[in-house]
Amino acid sequence: MGLPGSLPRLNQKAVEKATLIAMALNCEIPEKIAFFRKNYFYPDLPKNFQITQLNIYGKTSIGSLGYIVAGDKKIQITRVQLEEDPGRLIYEGNSKNQITLVDYNRAGTPLVEIVTEPDFENAKQVRIFLNILSDLLENLDVSEPGLEGAMRADANVSIEGGNKVEIKNIGSFHDLEKAIDFELIRQESLHSRDIPIVQETRHWDDKRKITISARSKEEELDYRYFLEGDIPWIKIEKETKDRLTKEMPESISSKKERYVNKYSIPAQVADVLSSDKFYSDLFEQSHDSRNAKEIANIITTDLMGLIDTREKREKSKFTSDHLKELADSIQSKKITRNAAKNALYEMVKTGKALSEIISEQNLGNISDETELEKIVNDVILQERQAFEQSKTNPQTINYLVGKVMQKTKGNADPKLTLDLLNKKIK
Amino acid sequence: MKLNISALEYIQGVQNGSISVEDFIARTLERIKDVDDKIHAFLHVNTNILGEAKNIDKKIKAGEKVGACAGMPISIKDNICLKDTKTTCASKILHDFVAPYDATVISKLKKEDVLFVGKANLDEFAMGLTTEFSAYGPSKNPWNLEYVPGGSSGGSAASVSSFECIASLGSDTGGSVRNPASFCGVVGYKPTYGLISRFGLISYANSIEQIGPITRTVKDTAFMLNIISGQDPNDNTTVTNSEQDFLAEIDAGVEGKKIGIIKEMIGEGIDSSVLSATKDAISKLEGLGAICEEISLDMVKYSVAAYYTITATEAGSNLARYDNLRYGYEFPVEGYEFNSYIAKARTKFGPEVTRRMILGGFVPASGHAGKYFLKALKIKQKLTEEINQKFKEYDYLIAPTVPILPFKIGEKIDDPVSLFLVDINTVTANLTGKPAISIPFAMSKGLPIGIQLLADTMQDKPLLQAAHALESTVRLPEVPI
Repeated sequence: MGLPGSLPRLNQKAVEKATLIAMALNCEIPEKIAFFRKNYFYPDLPKNFQITQLNIYGKTSIGSLGYIVAGDKKIQITRVQLEEDPGRLIYEGNSKNQITLVDYNRAGTPLVEIVTEPDFENAKQVRIFLNILSDLLENLDVSEPGLEGAMRADANVSIEGGNKVEIKNIGSFHDLEKAIDFELIRQESLHSRDIPIVQETRHWDDKRKITISARSKEEELDYRYFLEGDIPWIKIEKETKDRLTKEMPESISSKKERYVNKYSIPAQVADVLSSDKFYSDLFEQSHDSRNAKEIANIITTDLMGLIDTREKREKSKFTSDHLKELADSIQSKKITRNAAKNALYEMVKTGKALSEIISEQNLGNISDETELEKIVNDVILQERQAFEQSKTNPQTINYLVGKVMQKTKGNADPKLTLDLLNKKIK
Repeated sequence: MKLNISALEYIQGVQNGSISVEDFIARTLERIKDVDDKIHAFLHVNTNILGEAKNIDKKIKAGEKVGACAGMPISIKDNICLKDTKTTCASKILHDFVAPYDATVISKLKKEDVLFVGKANLDEFAMGLTTEFSAYGPSKNPWNLEYVPGGSSGGSAASVSSFECIASLGSDTGGSVRNPASFCGVVGYKPTYGLISRFGLISYANSIEQIGPITRTVKDTAFMLNIISGQDPNDNTTVTNSEQDFLAEIDAGVEGKKIGIIKEMIGEGIDSSVLSATKDAISKLEGLGAICEEISLDMVKYSVAAYYTITATEAGSNLARYDNLRYGYEFPVEGYEFNSYIAKARTKFGPEVTRRMILGGFVPASGHAGKYFLKALKIKQKLTEEINQKFKEYDYLIAPTVPILPFKIGEKIDDPVSLFLVDINTVTANLTGKPAISIPFAMSKGLPIGIQLLADTMQDKPLLQAAHALESTVRLPEVPI
């Protein structure tokens, strides 16, 4: 609220998390960091200045000169800075009577700004970079990029021979891609007609999907940066850095490598699994050397489709124990892969244990030979014609296997069924 | 029962039963009623403390424990937040602002059963050194009502000097505690930067200012410091007071101590009576066994320019929040776009604040910063290096608090540059973060003269010892009001 007499209180946890981010982005971290005031009047800033970091008086920002590999590109990180988030403006009313509401709840919460070099050639590369960055931040456990507004981006766009244009107010990565594409076309069209591209800030109009020029006043702002005296310089001790290095979660690429090398999980599956913290955590908690591949398969082929949103994840009672039990049961042939799919659906929905689901839904694997033989005999009796055909046409046997599966609701052991049928045919 | 007693005498009186808290508070309120329409030390008087006074008396009678201050009446400069009380900074822009919280110093004093008799007048947002820039009218000097009481904590100093309370809290950005203390004949203290929490003090130039006590005696200052100093999680710039007892060993004296006389602060423009008072103070200290030598702080001649550049820059930023959107005064927003609303709302600032806002927009702006703001920071750094060097050799530095005598109300108000120069002897302590104290030492033409002592960072305790030694060599007449 920027009350008279109130002072900022530095959040030590935020400093540590920002340090972690800077480290993960391969940045140089200074021995001491400083905070500055960025002075300008805006209704979302309760103090009419923002506490932030910059590098104009020496490298005092939490991270400088890092990089991140995104696809086949190395994206250079200019700077990682810790600052306070302003409030949020909400526009209401119509064009004749516009009301601006300010929500100050977010004001003063820690925000990390990551600035890159102009290393992108198109919107697609930006999107790939942002996806990788988002996965990296989630994996570091420093942010929840899935939360609305937790990760935002401004883009600077320019074409050869033109000035830089900053686009602000972009709501999602999807819109960011669109905004950059729009801006590139706009600038190229101006350029082709020899109209100069002015350096300016443009706002993304979410409804019309175009960029519009912000009032030129913003360009003339002088932020009168100076040291924030209320927060003394902070030493980033070597011990802190060492501890954070030790505590740093395994990187996505290292996870992927481990999954491929240790468990022979296919590279594509390992890629999907390692880049999502939620699923890789599930994997880590449930797997052992025997069932690792099975679990990776269950997660990537079935589970991801069942709990694909944040909301579903939060609602689901599914745990790593469920996953372990399911994989072990498949491997010990207690349940078929087919039935496992149904069981998984039930587990996610209800949180019930596998044994309960098997008995309730009669999903147990029919691998008892005498029991299965009875069913096979029934099928042969009912499908006499097909049975006779199968003696000359081996393709028909699949039809019979299918019938057995139908009768057992998919619970018959497929290999045993085939063996029994083959015996009868001969 | 006398009202012109020290804090320690008051506490002793309450303890031995010779003073009833209710009686003392009732008389204090009466005194305020009698004299404050002349002095105008208060912006707001808290008459309901009489009930609290009764409660403290009851507790004492019942043998219950009461806080160390035992109902002692204190005034608070109106730029320090006292919960549920108007805190205006003597500005129209905060005309309706009621503080929703207590400053850390207030919480600490409340714990010791202090009674807050009222909010004291000041120059608007503590910018000034005469209290003439209060939006609610100037305070007067109790020694002569035609004269300024100094500033910006003029109301605080005048209230202590005229027995409207026993002690006060002011704030000192460039001399704002020491200057009015000197003009009103009381003790004013600016501690080491970070010794007292600023949480709840409305910022003017946050990197150099401190809250400081204004009292009748040096011992009272030490007593107050014991209560209000210390590290505070709500103020990241605070340092630990190491649980020091500032009052213990206060009689240690100055024998064998080396004192540097700051040449630049007794030079051109100094009033002859101030100069002779300073010389007298030096010989008194020598008489107590101190060794006094003249020293030079070369950077002092640039200090006022640096001070105004830095304070204007910080003030420009610190006062930016007064856009009247979240608190302030009655002024509806309908029909305004936010920029025009803020611009209109901020016309409530008075002339001195406006002057410094304009300066604060200019000196740190890109294109000018190198010429003004960054240069000012360099002077601050050089001055600090210089004074640190001196403190390797000297225990204390001495100079008059203000080089001239109090002047008449209105005499200098239209001459801001000559007013700025009144700060020459006080800003050094702020720019370097050192502790400094003003001790009432002499009278000239019926007006008091204060002597200033400075010490090195965190040498607050020895500084109080020297100040106490000097204080015990003088006895000033009683204030004539």
